[in-house]
Amino acid sequence: MSKALHELTIHEALTGMRQGDFSAVDLTQALLERIALLDGQVKAYLTVTAELALEQAAQADARRAAGGEAPLLGVPLAIKDVLCTAGVRTTCGSRILENFVPPYTASAVQRLADAGMVMLGKTNTDEFAMGSSTENSGYFTTHNPWDLDRVPGGSSGGSGAAVAAQEALAALGTDTGGSVRLPASYCGIVGLKPSYGRVSRYGLVAYGSSLDQVGVLAKDVRDSALVLSAMAGHDAYDSTSMPAPVPDFTAALTGDVRGLRIGLPDEYFIAGVQPDVEAAVRRAIDVLGEMGAEIVRVSLPNTDKALPVYYLVATAEASANLSRFDGVRYGYSAGADSIQENYRQSRGQGFGAEVKRRIMLGTYALSAGYYDAYYLKAQQVRTLIKQDFEAAFEKVDVIACPVAPTTAFRIGEKADNPLEMYLSDVFTITLNLAGMCGISVPCGFDGAGLPIGLQLMGPHLGEEVVLRTAHAYEQATHWHTQWAQPAVTEV
Amino acid sequence: MHLTIDEVRHVAQLARLGLTDEELALYAEQLSAILDYADLLQQVDTSHVAPTPYVLPLQNVIREDTAASSLDNAAALGNAPDQADGFFRVRAVFEE
Repeated sequence: MSKALHELTIHEALTGMRQGDFSAVDLTQALLERIALLDGQVKAYLTVTAELALEQAAQADARRAAGGEAPLLGVPLAIKDVLCTAGVRTTCGSRILENFVPPYTASAVQRLADAGMVMLGKTNTDEFAMGSSTENSGYFTTHNPWDLDRVPGGSSGGSGAAVAAQEALAALGTDTGGSVRLPASYCGIVGLKPSYGRVSRYGLVAYGSSLDQVGVLAKDVRDSALVLSAMAGHDAYDSTSMPAPVPDFTAALTGDVRGLRIGLPDEYFIAGVQPDVEAAVRRAIDVLGEMGAEIVRVSLPNTDKALPVYYLVATAEASANLSRFDGVRYGYSAGADSIQENYRQSRGQGFGAEVKRRIMLGTYALSAGYYDAYYLKAQQVRTLIKQDFEAAFEKVDVIACPVAPTTAFRIGEKADNPLEMYLSDVFTITLNLAGMCGISVPCGFDGAGLPIGLQLMGPHLGEEVVLRTAHAYEQATHWHTQWAQPAVTEV
Repeated sequence: MHLTIDEVRHVAQLARLGLTDEELALYAEQLSAILDYADLLQQVDTSHVAPTPYVLPLQNVIREDTAASSLDNAAALGNAPDQADGFFRVRAVFEE
């Protein structure tokens, strides 16, 4: 039977609007109603921009009525609240930016706006994208639509939950160590982390500048490809964006994996992986094999070093990046009597526990006497991790493995143990260190009914082969057609 | 590796983070545990390995030096906690 408007994918919604079945205003209204119905419990959004959304939707309808068309014309999306939006509060999930209204818009968001997007609002995140659960948000924790007692993953957990609860057709996230792929896996949706340099970071509030990348959380692979096509490419405002041609990524979705070589890394099938997760991922790889892909064992021998490398490199970069929050130009100011004391108090009071922990770790790793032992050493081992991938991609086109060792954990379960929380990222951070691309695509459910993600990794600028493989698998299975049914309690 | 409270206080000062005594004690313990874990890296022979600070092959990215409009004064000061006469206002940097 025909779907409700909030249940549509982007490509279905575009078809409906282009045929005149419904308008962008109808669609936006339906999603705003969905948000009003569910978000009190899911808590995906930090800010809902309802008025602005309806205005943009009306403009999209007018443009279409005048014969105009655009790749995302009238499509309602949500934006992670670490991406600057001119005139719309951008908090980064931090109290230090509680009242920050950016004077400019991030390039990735601007490109979606130029492509006709309707922005529904800004989604919750671990503070400055530092976390794996949204529990580090300075505002509240987002709940997993599949089980409201569990985390949605992080740090783009608001975006993941918004899409999984069908409170947005898709959402932007950012991925520094897995922050798009992990919530996609925990929420049973598709999460695409493009290669470093594929999407401009201009206007993305920096966490780990050599690792950060804007990504997409979507209902299916085709939608991910549509959004990536609209926002990828060189940007004069970001000197680390690649001057590489941007293909139409939807053209890569052939449904055919025959002849593709898919690598299975031994180091990602280890003790500590939840048995249901390993079984689902292995079944998924069998499916790809049955479809004609060649499955090849590969080795990424330095995988077990990736976590310490990441937590030294990312925190060192964070300690430098977050020095800009000084209580002078923007953000919270404690109003202390001396400038030095005002720095200390504004930062001490404005940042949450995890952000302070990472600034401390990064500052230590960069400090005199420890730089060589920690920061330099981490950068050297990073080279080895990158070389592991380069060697593997000589032999295979794509690498397949779990996204995370487990399914979504309970809220509060890991909140007091930072190291245990960091282990959720053990299978995702390697890709950020190597600068390559990857995707999480739903591949089953565990015994408790929680979604499991299959991770497909590709080489630098290898998004087409990753999307092609993910799409072929998705279309051969039915996981992407199953949706969370969060219980709605009348208020 | 166990960080002392004094070492943690020194790092907090470098980072301009005002921490409570409880936070100093907590971070001494947690950072020590994380650094112990990071000691795993010392087992790797990196004597002939160049560091990777950044993964792209791009170097010395330059553009034409052309004039363009930027934020006006009011927009640039729009989020300032304190301002006067079109400037950010701060406490005196130098003591009397």
